[in-house]
Amino acid sequence: MAAKRLNQKDKYRCLTRDLAWEPSYQTKEDIYPYERFEGIKITDWDKWEDPFRLTMDAYWKYQAEKEKKLYAIFDAFAQNNGHTNLSDARYVNALKLFLSGVTPLEYQAYQGFARVGRHFGGAGARVACQMQAIDELRHVQTQIHAMSHYNKHFNGLHDFAHMHDRVWFLSVPKSFFEDARTAGPFEFLTAISFSFEYVLTNLLFVPFMSGAAYNGDMATVTFGFSAQSDEARHMTLGLEVIKFLLEQHEDNVPIIQRWIDKWFWRGYRLLTLVGMMMDYMLPNKVMSWAEAWEVYYEQAGGALFKDLERYGIRPPKYVEQTTIGKEHISHQAWSIFYQYSQATNFHTWMPTDEELDWLSAKYPDTFDRIYRPRYEHWREMQARGERFYNPTLPMLCQVCQIPLSFTEPDADTTLSHRSVLHAGERFHFCSDGCCDIFQYEPDKYVQAWLPVHQILQGNCGGGDVEAVVRDYYNIAAGFDNFDYQGSPEHQRWQQWQGDRPADFNTAG
Amino acid sequence: MTSLVYIAFQDNDNARYIVDAIVQDNPHAVVQHQPAMIRVQAEQRLEINRATVEEKLGREWDVQEMLIDVITLGGNVEEDEDRFALHWN
Repeated sequence: MAAKRLNQKDKYRCLTRDLAWEPSYQTKEDIYPYERFEGIKITDWDKWEDPFRLTMDAYWKYQAEKEKKLYAIFDAFAQNNGHTNLSDARYVNALKLFLSGVTPLEYQAYQGFARVGRHFGGAGARVACQMQAIDELRHVQTQIHAMSHYNKHFNGLHDFAHMHDRVWFLSVPKSFFEDARTAGPFEFLTAISFSFEYVLTNLLFVPFMSGAAYNGDMATVTFGFSAQSDEARHMTLGLEVIKFLLEQHEDNVPIIQRWIDKWFWRGYRLLTLVGMMMDYMLPNKVMSWAEAWEVYYEQAGGALFKDLERYGIRPPKYVEQTTIGKEHISHQAWSIFYQYSQATNFHTWMPTDEELDWLSAKYPDTFDRIYRPRYEHWREMQARGERFYNPTLPMLCQVCQIPLSFTEPDADTTLSHRSVLHAGERFHFCSDGCCDIFQYEPDKYVQAWLPVHQILQGNCGGGDVEAVVRDYYNIAAGFDNFDYQGSPEHQRWQQWQGDRPADFNTAG
Repeated sequence: MTSLVYIAFQDNDNARYIVDAIVQDNPHAVVQHQPAMIRVQAEQRLEINRATVEEKLGREWDVQEMLIDVITLGGNVEEDEDRFALHWN
């Protein structure tokens, strides 16, 4: 008699719960020591449900199929010299930022999930974290493979892991994940699965990746969407874990609320970089940062927090500041990178007339009043042969590590700056959100590795910034960085365009 | 404020049939085409039914196969052998 085929629910039970066992010679408290020290109360792990009910056999089957599709496209892109069909070589600079900023984060996410998956008493949660750890490792690998093709033809992608540990702006994403990974297991899940993945990664992997397709970069859109298809499961895990924790005990509610407040703000600050990529670094633009924020945060996040209201959860603290900030942050970030382009692994430029007009149309209340005049001034300087590079080192926020360049929510031409005295030392912050995070756990954030402080203390080698960038960051001056106009990369791109047979030359 | 659930797929041959099935079973759904992706959003609830997708594809289809083509989603997930649903409470 043929064995009866299990239905999905029974199969899931067999391949998760039934893989666990009751300990006999150790206590659960000793096996899972980190389950309690954050104050989270778990009364019944069996209430945990993985909504996708994905088992390992199905996981391998679908992931293998995703990989085959992805690598077929990578191969085709490389074989056809797909990089020469991009909208413009300026686009690749967005990719340099993405690949050097995000790839190491995927590795940190892998390490984080492998660790917390070990520390949960519930078998369902352990299996879900295990699959996510494998997913994150896969994302690192696909991004390195995407990078390898671009690295043959463009500058600045030669040493991403080294740069992640050292370069000043890469300390922004690095510190975000290190903050999450040095927290307890439930805070890690709230930080990464819920706040970062559910609420914020859509903004990184959906409109920006759609933009990659619109700029002819089939390799990036494919790894981006392939990664985000895993994120769809991770987001569901994030929402599930939050609901599970809220249902387990009412004492969990204020702890979760504080984590949501903290990690929403940290994630929002981190995404400043993505706002700049969308508004300034995609030559063919899909939607503005403000529009993406409206679709993927205000609408989607609004629905999510309305759903969580029944547990006593309110929208994240300072969320109203993001509604104001969406009009500003991409311009403020581009201004930072434009003036510190000598210390990055990518090129910057001033927007063309057409791009300035697009920004005016997308940001009618702020762009012409505040940012266009600044750009016009810098354009004039550049035309006179005095391209502006800021020779000073910026003051960094102790928490998000972004240079203090944001403006006050209620005064958009006034610098936002908070500071507190702690143990006889003064610490500085970009916002109320970052200041609050510090004040709750000052002993954690006083240890932050701030690139500017480290340079000034002589811990990054070299007697000046040029030497730090060259020797400590491994970035070649004038080759990997400075303005795009006239760079070796710009010249190479023009040569490729000129070398193309007339029939294939669609430019102009 | 409305509570929209959403799901986005890669714009490929498989997903086009899944989207056709969604539109047939969810008349209130709104379909948006963006570069390389198709996004579907709906007030409160959205369902993907295996039977309808199989009818459109002309072959057997496992609900979990959609993991290959999906990019992102928003809403509480309910999944079993015959159906994948997104909803807000």
